[in-house]
Amino acid sequence: MDNVKPRVRVPKTAKKDEVITIKTLISHPMESGQRKDKDGKLIPREIINHFTATFNGKPVVDVALEPAISTNPYIEFDVKIPESGEFVFTWQDDDGSTYEDKQSIEVA
Amino acid sequence: MIDRREVLTSAVVAAALAAVPLRALAQTAAAPAAAPAAAAAPAAAAAPAADAKTADQLIADFTGGAEAAEGGITLTAPEIAENGNTVPISFDAPGATSVLLVASGNPSPEVATFNFGELAGSQAASTRIRLATTQDVIAVAKLPDGKFGKATSNIKVTIGGCGG
Repeated sequence: MDNVKPRVRVPKTAKKDEVITIKTLISHPMESGQRKDKDGKLIPREIINHFTATFNGKPVVDVALEPAISTNPYIEFDVKIPESGEFVFTWQDDDGSTYEDKQSIEVA
Repeated sequence: MIDRREVLTSAVVAAALAAVPLRALAQTAAAPAAAPAAAAAPAAAAAPAADAKTADQLIADFTGGAEAAEGGITLTAPEIAENGNTVPISFDAPGATSVLLVASGNPSPEVATFNFGELAGSQAASTRIRLATTQDVIAVAKLPDGKFGKATSNIKVTIGGCGG
């Protein structure tokens, strides 16, 4: 799908074992499959059904999303930072596409 | 005698075989006719999809049938949502391994399932959800002791958010 843009806010640095909050947003219509067009036909479902976040390959959070999640899915969660490393965020679309974003963080 | 019986059984088998494709044909012919009829029924628009589970069924699937007691999780949601298209909600379930969110009054009540990994800083998260009407939103957490806790929040919705 075009025009799908993930946005993630991760601080550049953190203290060791600090708990930081990460905010993620991805622009996506999240067509629920419940709406009808002007001819009364159901608009087919088109949603992001899965989101995962990992840090240095270790799982942080794994979310199964259903059509009841709003347009431009927003997810906020906390992570404990044990060391410097890289976050990988992935979103899986109904149409099989995956969107990925990577962010690095330094432990000062 | 034996010959005749064999002839009879083979005739029966042949008849049964002949009936199978006929029945199959009848079914395929009936199915498309039934589908538009169901779609045209005015109740179908408002009623939940046939395969949608109720909030209670979803919670029972999540807990494996165990009873979820109140507590162990806090659910934060607005009392009144003017626009059901985007309702901010958050939860905090200390120590929980996974959390299920359901919206009991939506056409399909599933909202999301959160699973927390080893690096999760807390078992809390926020997101934005759609609500069709005024209803209860329920969060169920799988707690570290293997029990389940839940929290319910009633949200008044002025404009529904599941289309229509």
